[in-house]
Amino acid sequence: MISQLTRSERILAAFTFLTLICFGVAMAAAGRDDLIGTHGWVIALGGMAGVIALLRAYDAPEPSPSRLSEYYDDPSKVGIILTLVWGVIGMLVGVWVAALLAWPELTIDAAWAGFGRLRPVHTSGVIFGFGGNALIATSLHVLQRTTRARLPDQFSPWFVLFGYNLFCVLAASGYLMGITQSKEYAEPEWYADIWLVVVWVVYFSIYIRTLMRRKEPHIYVANWYYMAFILVVALLHIINNLAVPVSLGHAKSYSLFSGVQDAMTQWWYGHNAVAFFLTAGFLGMMYYYLPKRAGRPIYSYRTSIISFWGITFMYMWAGSHHLHYTALPHWVQSLGMAFSVVLLVPSWASAGNALLTLNGAWHKVRDDAVLRFMMLAAIFYGLATFEGSFMAIRAVNSLSHYTDWTIGHVHAGALGWVAMITYGSLYALTPWLWKRPALYSPKLVEWHFWLALSGTIVYVFAMWNSGVVQGLMWRTYNDSGTLNYTFVDSLVAMHPYYIARAFGGLLFLIGAVIALYNIVMTIRSPVPVASESASDVPLGWQPAATIAQAGE
Amino acid sequence: MFNFHYRLERNAIGFVLAIIVVASIGGFIEIAPLFTIDETVEKAPDMRVYTPLEVAGRNIYIREGCYACHSQMIRTLRDEVERYGPYSLAVESKYDHPMLWGSKRTGPDLARVGGKYSNDWMTAHLNNPRDVVPESNMPAYRWLLRNQLKTDDLGEHLAALRAVGVPYTDDMIANAPKDALGQASPDTDLAAGVTERYGDNTDVSLFDGKQGEVTEMDALVAYLQVLGHLTDVAHTTPQNEVE
Repeated sequence: MISQLTRSERILAAFTFLTLICFGVAMAAAGRDDLIGTHGWVIALGGMAGVIALLRAYDAPEPSPSRLSEYYDDPSKVGIILTLVWGVIGMLVGVWVAALLAWPELTIDAAWAGFGRLRPVHTSGVIFGFGGNALIATSLHVLQRTTRARLPDQFSPWFVLFGYNLFCVLAASGYLMGITQSKEYAEPEWYADIWLVVVWVVYFSIYIRTLMRRKEPHIYVANWYYMAFILVVALLHIINNLAVPVSLGHAKSYSLFSGVQDAMTQWWYGHNAVAFFLTAGFLGMMYYYLPKRAGRPIYSYRTSIISFWGITFMYMWAGSHHLHYTALPHWVQSLGMAFSVVLLVPSWASAGNALLTLNGAWHKVRDDAVLRFMMLAAIFYGLATFEGSFMAIRAVNSLSHYTDWTIGHVHAGALGWVAMITYGSLYALTPWLWKRPALYSPKLVEWHFWLALSGTIVYVFAMWNSGVVQGLMWRTYNDSGTLNYTFVDSLVAMHPYYIARAFGGLLFLIGAVIALYNIVMTIRSPVPVASESASDVPLGWQPAATIAQAGE
Repeated sequence: MFNFHYRLERNAIGFVLAIIVVASIGGFIEIAPLFTIDETVEKAPDMRVYTPLEVAGRNIYIREGCYACHSQMIRTLRDEVERYGPYSLAVESKYDHPMLWGSKRTGPDLARVGGKYSNDWMTAHLNNPRDVVPESNMPAYRWLLRNQLKTDDLGEHLAALRAVGVPYTDDMIANAPKDALGQASPDTDLAAGVTERYGDNTDVSLFDGKQGEVTEMDALVAYLQVLGHLTDVAHTTPQNEVE
């Protein structure tokens, strides 16, 4: 990858790596008595790896100007591999912690192996490791194809990809060492948060610079969603992570807000991390790969406008439904509930738009498991958003909150929607990027599809049952007017469901391993001769004759 | 409307600004007033701050991820009030940076767990929950009894908490490491300073039952035993919101 950088980009890369080493060593020195010192060395090592890569390719000739007549897809390629690897890691840890809930003795006497430290490795591993890398990899691909412009330079996409993965490594290794802010889905400490802001600014700059150089007059709907994802996640991340570190040599910080204000800020963040990380970004993915794979245009342009702005506006009000019946003032709870219910309209508009796009291509859904992944994702998106609006109703929430029902709901969205649309998109994208005629094995995609679907169903049904049973047991009164069950009674009743949940997760994990294998084998399969697609190049660099037939 | 959008989607900067404006409204309207409306947080003149040992314990609670399975927020529902005690008031987590209300009860709520069990029970339970509750699926935290508590930098922790609004005095900050040791060493000279600075009701005990050393178990048990006891306001104000 270094050989693809121009002379000035190599200088910029050297400067970046040296800065990283300096910061890392400074952190290691300032935090020699604290865990932040260890992370200082991790950062310095990252910088050193970059320097070594740079030195090894130092004499490589500059890339030829003809590169500008092609899209720049290498960062997306690496991003796809990282996505699949993080997916396997994150889901493996998920299955493991699920098993610990059923069999708590199944562990070793070490702090890092405790449930409380491993659980965020699972959540961050799948959300940020798997989901985030998938978004970066696909967004860079979609951005270039829909603007018909090449990325603005060769260095910044690599900076974003590897910088983001450095953040993921700091997060996951930090949890194991005991570094966490405890804010759900925003656990990494202040220095990792600052680093993510730097990465994110560069990510946004790639987006806006490419859009400014676009050859298409209109910005395609997929890019609206990717942009909303980048911008709003930045807004949420910065405000929710405001904190005062104990010192520059301490990993620990104390959040700026406390109590009720902190709770509201946290769930404004938490719910919209779901909205803009796990929904908007993946809707961007759906709006490009589903119509491409089906060979059909998006069903309704106007519906996509309404659903986009509906989601962007209304989701930001919905966070307070996580705090029903708490010490949060009643008026905020009511606002959150009202907007959560209305949110069903734009959500179902998106899901419906996706499914109606398949009209005329249902025979492909039957035959092509890749497209079937995307269709199933749209269905689960519709189901999970309906369930979400339902659970945001105060009376329903009084039963569902604090129970496994919430976990079931999250996984209906995460497994059924996020993971399915990701696997569908990556299966479609891999042969295109590596210029292979097809995937290594369509049969393995079928296997993955049915494993993923059955795993999701087992998981979600187990958690629905356990959640409702739990919620009902907690509020059951006996004839004498006292509570009928102790907490431990409800815990004992959960045991079979916890076993079922671990089994469902295991099925899904096996599917993820199959996907990694299938895609790696696709990449390793021989390249056919004459593979170059004449239309898959940026506009403005082609010979005049080919422009007329370019029909992306 | 669609014509306006037709033009908007040809303008990258305009589109970016539109997203930022549209997305900012909801959060602004729901969060900003929480800082300005006085009734949001009740008054509790009797409320004390966490002692250094309790701060250290709270940090261990966060480090081990206890919040993932235990809430500290009793809702205004009859069964919760009967199971766990008076429903939680906003003021009770006024000094909680960050709050630990939680979102899941794999285990029971802990907002008022302080004083419900003895120190011995707490220590035994954290060391291996199944020794005292055979059905429990809670992890065993055996290393807490083995690890000596790090106290030397607690003054810096208190100073950072003061920077975000917790009213620690200079005296408290200067004596933080000593007070942490003193609260877990009832028979030493250091103990007197703790009640002097944090009030006579402060629990000074041999939390983990081990003489002569202050472990992470001491800190965590001290924190759990103060939950629900920083102020009595929830017990003295009428609970008229229960549904």
